[in-house]
Amino acid sequence: MSVDQATVRRIAHLARIAVKDEDVPHLQGELNAILAFVEELNSVDVSDVEPMTSVVPMQMKMRRDEVTDHAGAQAVVANAPLHEDSFFTVPKVVE
Amino acid sequence: MTAAANRTKFIKGATGDWEVVIGMEIHAQVTSRSKLFSGASTAFGGDPNSHVSLVDAAMPGMLPVINEECVRQAVRTGLGLKAQINLRSVFDRKNYFYPDLPQGYQISQYKHPIVGEGEVVVDVTPTEQIRVGIERLHLEQDAGKSLHDQSPTSSFVDLNRSGVALMEIVSRPDLRSAEEARAYVTKLRTILRYLGTCDGDMEKGSLRADVNVSVRKPGAPLGTRCEIKNVNSIRFIGQAVEVEARRQIAILEDGGKIDQETRLFDPGRGETRAMRSKEEAHDYRYFPDPDLLPLEFEQTLVDELASALPELPDAKKARFMSDYGLASYDAGVLVMERDTADYFEDMVREGADAKAAANWLINEYFGRLNKAGLTIETGPVSARANSAIVQMVSGDVISGKIAKDLIEIVWEAGPQADPRKIVEERGMKQVTDTGAIEAAVDAIIAANPDKVEQAKAKPTMLGWFVGQVMKQTGGKANPQSVNELLKSKLGL
Repeated sequence: MSVDQATVRRIAHLARIAVKDEDVPHLQGELNAILAFVEELNSVDVSDVEPMTSVVPMQMKMRRDEVTDHAGAQAVVANAPLHEDSFFTVPKVVE
Repeated sequence: MTAAANRTKFIKGATGDWEVVIGMEIHAQVTSRSKLFSGASTAFGGDPNSHVSLVDAAMPGMLPVINEECVRQAVRTGLGLKAQINLRSVFDRKNYFYPDLPQGYQISQYKHPIVGEGEVVVDVTPTEQIRVGIERLHLEQDAGKSLHDQSPTSSFVDLNRSGVALMEIVSRPDLRSAEEARAYVTKLRTILRYLGTCDGDMEKGSLRADVNVSVRKPGAPLGTRCEIKNVNSIRFIGQAVEVEARRQIAILEDGGKIDQETRLFDPGRGETRAMRSKEEAHDYRYFPDPDLLPLEFEQTLVDELASALPELPDAKKARFMSDYGLASYDAGVLVMERDTADYFEDMVREGADAKAAANWLINEYFGRLNKAGLTIETGPVSARANSAIVQMVSGDVISGKIAKDLIEIVWEAGPQADPRKIVEERGMKQVTDTGAIEAAVDAIIAANPDKVEQAKAKPTMLGWFVGQVMKQTGGKANPQSVNELLKSKLGL
């Protein structure tokens, strides 16, 4: 599997990464090198192997349903580039 | 459902009949104290960003830890939908960018949901029942909320809802009309409220529907569908289906084709319109969330939750019909809300005849509650008081007409009122003493010789006499005795 330049642009757009036109061929090469590596892994037959989700066999820990965490509005917005009246503010997006 | 029943649901177009096909994705907010993956409160209506943990705000390094109660609620709901419960399911990341989604992805379940196939039985009309297939139910996070009207140049973002647990319940495309769509959501809401897994409050956004609509010629393969996003009332769901189906039919009959797209319903204009972001086809690039292990639990948990489920509306309705002899429609109305069903059974337990209690509630008390904008919980008359009123009518202590006056008084007096005492104190008891009724009947007959003549030719005049006697006795005469006496005295 390999990607063409249009796909590289599309992936960049979906990830909201601004990619200059002159960088596209270079990125295409990098992505294809990674995909070629994955291709090699694909040659191993793993059809009867369970996907490994954890290095040590363990079950997911669960929390009790209790309110334990409220950072406070000021702490939540403290690092935001823009905020007003405890809201985050962003350039207008209207659907 | 028979083909004949189906045909009545077709929409007439210029080129003949069209069939509407509807499937729904319902987003139901899980009833829980804290969020799906954080310990922040789920309370509605807090100050902006006051119910937000740093996990919900997606600060770097924060990790999600699942709320066990949300898992239980999803399992309970699955059981209520008679669905397959998956002992192992997986959380995935659904990637997209929007200001009210700080993570840049929603944690959801994609290939392996917690609940698989199930079924809901829906009463569309008193005589028509349909079965709607459930494809799956999965757990996911809600997003925050954007406000666009606070400033001309910016949008304001409040993350209080961010991370609240939702159950997305996906139906099969088994619905064939706006009416069926409404009935399905109504039934689903009832089941969720019985289970206590979602409060079903559509005004607060606890229950929202994405409605998939397509049209086809009867018997033809499925047409291209459009998805109407975020419809937030049952009435609007019906309207949205109706206008979207007609829009699609008009396009197809003009020789056009339907573009698969996401649309919004505008209740003010009564139309659907394409969402602006449609130029960008959604590509969510799902992948398993590396921060979360698969969700696994034992069958014993499922069994334990199953054994603690409340009686659900279908079972309750069947019991009301078999134990109390209620008609299907009456039983259906009473079980719609668990509180209403409990109230009815309280009345019966207090001694009221079941059918009489059902009639009184449905035909008298519910109307009063509706008019006053109250519910069975907030209404001023206790089940005990309503039971006493019904018992007094059944026992001929008061007439049906007086009962209506009586409830008025009890309504004003509040939940502590004792209807029996009021009847006693205000002399509202029905006169069953034939002597007293006879005297009133004789007096009316004597005073109206012309009417008596007319009645001989026109027996429907009897009603006028009954009215006069009731007036004379202050509505307290037993109507049956009045009727019998009048008939014999007038020679009818």
